[in-house]
Amino acid sequence: MFDRIFPHPLLSLVLTATWVALVNSVSAGTVLMGAILGVAIPHVTKAYWPGRMRLRRPLLFAEYAVVVLWDIIVANFQVAAIILFRGRDSIRSAWIPVPLEIDEPEAITILAGTITMTPGTISAVLSADGRALLVHCLDTDDPGTVRDQIKARYERRLKEIFE
Amino acid sequence: MIDPLELVVSICLVLSGIFGLVGSYGMVRLRDVMQQLHAPTKATTLGVGGALLASMIHFGLQEGQFTFHELLITLFLFLTAPVSAQFIAKVHMVGKLRRGDLPKPGTEGEWSIFAPPPEAGESGKAGQTRGGGKTRGVTTNPGA
Repeated sequence: MFDRIFPHPLLSLVLTATWVALVNSVSAGTVLMGAILGVAIPHVTKAYWPGRMRLRRPLLFAEYAVVVLWDIIVANFQVAAIILFRGRDSIRSAWIPVPLEIDEPEAITILAGTITMTPGTISAVLSADGRALLVHCLDTDDPGTVRDQIKARYERRLKEIFE
Repeated sequence: MIDPLELVVSICLVLSGIFGLVGSYGMVRLRDVMQQLHAPTKATTLGVGGALLASMIHFGLQEGQFTFHELLITLFLFLTAPVSAQFIAKVHMVGKLRRGDLPKPGTEGEWSIFAPPPEAGESGKAGQTRGGGKTRGVTTNPGA
């Protein structure tokens, strides 16, 4: 019964909170409107998201967020330095296939997003079987290190959170 | 006497302007589409971030009107930037690159843009290009 009304309870909560923040006032009216959206939207989009995400250790998300935020700031300076101070032709870009251990679609989505936002890498495409991610690296001499870093820094944490 | 908060706001705004400029300059300077993609996804994040931080400090602390909107903009930016970057990358790969230009996935399969589209009625795996518009936009795999 609960599952029928709330196919994605977490999404419902997030939607309600987002609505209240968007209106920027906490009153009975906005919370009610948010709750209506929070119930309706998961139903409308249910067909596109049949599985349910399971967070094994949600608290680790906080640690992950801090690590990623810090890396985003570092990434900004690194990429800015490359753009400004490196010769056009001395930038060595590389395609790096990263084999994945995680198989939750949500976890892979977060990993792909993280890779795009963090130092010198962009996730480009997933393999058809979902077991590998193609990453483009802006400037590297050693693609192996970049791959190991992605796996150790982000994938390991996501694996702990989701599995 | 300079208000320290005003100083912080000013620094944030200047930083934000510099990073926005560097990000745009990167679009001109870098060689190909894949390299150019790095500029707007990274350098500009701090550009927008700086402006948002300045706005939060200015309106939140100096004028006492706290809003959640800056946090929401950050959230939406983090959600949309990687997705649009991925779509641009895919369009580039399909249009300009051949299979041989890319390394193999290392698993049995092929990169999803070169693989045949999944059967109708079954949504594909995360990140895959999908033929019809029906299952697009959500990265879901019911089998996982």
